[in-house]
Amino acid sequence: MTDEKTTTKATYQIPIGPIHPALKEPVMFEFEISGEQIVDVDVQLGHIHRAIEWTGMRRNAIQIIYLAERICGICSFVHPMSFCRAVESACDIDVPERAHYLRVVHAELERICSHLLWAGVAAHEIGFDTVLFLTWEMREKALDLTEYLTGNRVTKAILTIGGVRRDVTADQLPKIKETLQYFKNNFEKLRHIFLDDKTFKMRSQGVGILTKEDALKLCTVGPTARASGIKKDTRVDQPYAAYGDLDMTYMTPDLLTGEVNGDVYDRIIARLLEVKQSIELIETALDQAPAGELVSEPKIPKLLAHIKKTAGEGVGRDEAPRGEVFHYVKFDGEHENPYTWKVRASTYNNILAWIPMLKGEQIADIPIVAASTDPCMSCTNRVIVIEKNNNKNYMLTKEQLHKLSVQKTRRLMR
Amino acid sequence: MSKEIEHLDAKGLVKYFKDEFKTKVTKAEIKTKKEGKKQSEIVNIWMKIDKSIFKPFIKHLCDYQYPHLAVVSGNDFPKVIELVYHFSLDYGKDRKEISLNVAVDLPKSKPEIETICDYIPGALITEREKQEMLGVKVIGIPDNRRLFLPEDFPEDVYPWRKDDKGMEKFIRNLHDEVKK
Repeated sequence: MTDEKTTTKATYQIPIGPIHPALKEPVMFEFEISGEQIVDVDVQLGHIHRAIEWTGMRRNAIQIIYLAERICGICSFVHPMSFCRAVESACDIDVPERAHYLRVVHAELERICSHLLWAGVAAHEIGFDTVLFLTWEMREKALDLTEYLTGNRVTKAILTIGGVRRDVTADQLPKIKETLQYFKNNFEKLRHIFLDDKTFKMRSQGVGILTKEDALKLCTVGPTARASGIKKDTRVDQPYAAYGDLDMTYMTPDLLTGEVNGDVYDRIIARLLEVKQSIELIETALDQAPAGELVSEPKIPKLLAHIKKTAGEGVGRDEAPRGEVFHYVKFDGEHENPYTWKVRASTYNNILAWIPMLKGEQIADIPIVAASTDPCMSCTNRVIVIEKNNNKNYMLTKEQLHKLSVQKTRRLMR
Repeated sequence: MSKEIEHLDAKGLVKYFKDEFKTKVTKAEIKTKKEGKKQSEIVNIWMKIDKSIFKPFIKHLCDYQYPHLAVVSGNDFPKVIELVYHFSLDYGKDRKEISLNVAVDLPKSKPEIETICDYIPGALITEREKQEMLGVKVIGIPDNRRLFLPEDFPEDVYPWRKDDKGMEKFIRNLHDEVKK
């Protein structure tokens, strides 16, 4: 890297992005670079804003469940769940106890899927593709189980207002137990790779630090906040569904290492601990689930009529794999469609946290730091390098940026 | 960050604000919901405050405890735009979290509100979104650019408005817009 221009200490601007289609908030970064160091970061959003809220305000509550499911391909359970809980709270609709437990089972299964997917992406970003295949093989089992329970791998269509649509029957339990046992057997292997491997440590420890104070001020949520030592988990803070009956605590990295650094390594720990927690939660929830009804009002026209004549507002806060998902709905008492529907996905609150995380890091660290907040996937689609002095533009592909990251890993391994 | 005052429950919290702002807190309602076998409580406080005490209110809130701002949502009514600030307090204490939803009305003739980024820097994203989606002017916002809408989106159309500044007319004439 002995470029003539870098020695004159001119700063460069590097836009990265813009989109990964799975995100509701696609992201484009604009970096100001001095040599290899990141001086400043700007984040731009909105490249594929799909106006989901606007569309939703023109549909009735039942239709919105399926629209909310399509906000995100990974959180396709927790978004409709937040929406349903917001409607339930606005219109005073009860949920049977069994449905609360089944909601926990599906939400935790989704968390396992999501965290394993993330672990694979993180490994890929630093050039460990064998680990990518290992984790995604495990994730495949989680997806198989999702399909077994709901009939679909991604859009599960399992929720409805006032309950769930399908039961987990007794003859399904052996297959669930078998899959959970498989996760338990492989968990130690995963932990060993991610937390003990020397190269993993070199790439993740002390990189992309987010201090507790910044995390608080920037309103971060989920594993990103917990890895910085903030005890914030909606499942414990404000136990919804059956979480209040289950024994659980905040998964902060100090549980394992005794200290909080707020770096990429800590974010890996927080997520790995949560995978283990989720396995246990599914087991206990299935054990303790009482028999009974699945939904409080199975007749949809009757349910819609009730919603239509109720004026009220409500919020649904749920812990998605990436942090708290927030839905606000308001009904005016005259229409089936909500007067207002506001969706706030968890990445929305974690965007600003990228700025302190990335400042001072190297270009080759962008993929792993950006991926460490789990913004659905690393959104480094392609890179354009703009040289400020003579306005010369050249473009780096996503592959080239990825190559830079892999090269850094190889350098460290020597 | 902020000095800790003794822990308050939902009723205490309402009193804490009513003592300070008296009749300027026009509505304060506590809604609880219980879920699960153990009937864990989910506490929501819905407040409505006068626009004149908005900034002192946020300061008073930060004096009690540094809150987490989930998001700001907005309702477009015929005469006013209502912004709802969704805070959460007492997280990190097992089962003690309180959701505080603070609504404030802005007149349509002058939909302006002060920024709260000086107290809570994380509010920037959601304030920028409210500016472009509802046509609210946030005074003193550190970053005035658009967030989600593209640069070539017309200036005086606000997608979440239900009046003549909303999307209906824009969509009806979309073929003309494309021709341009």
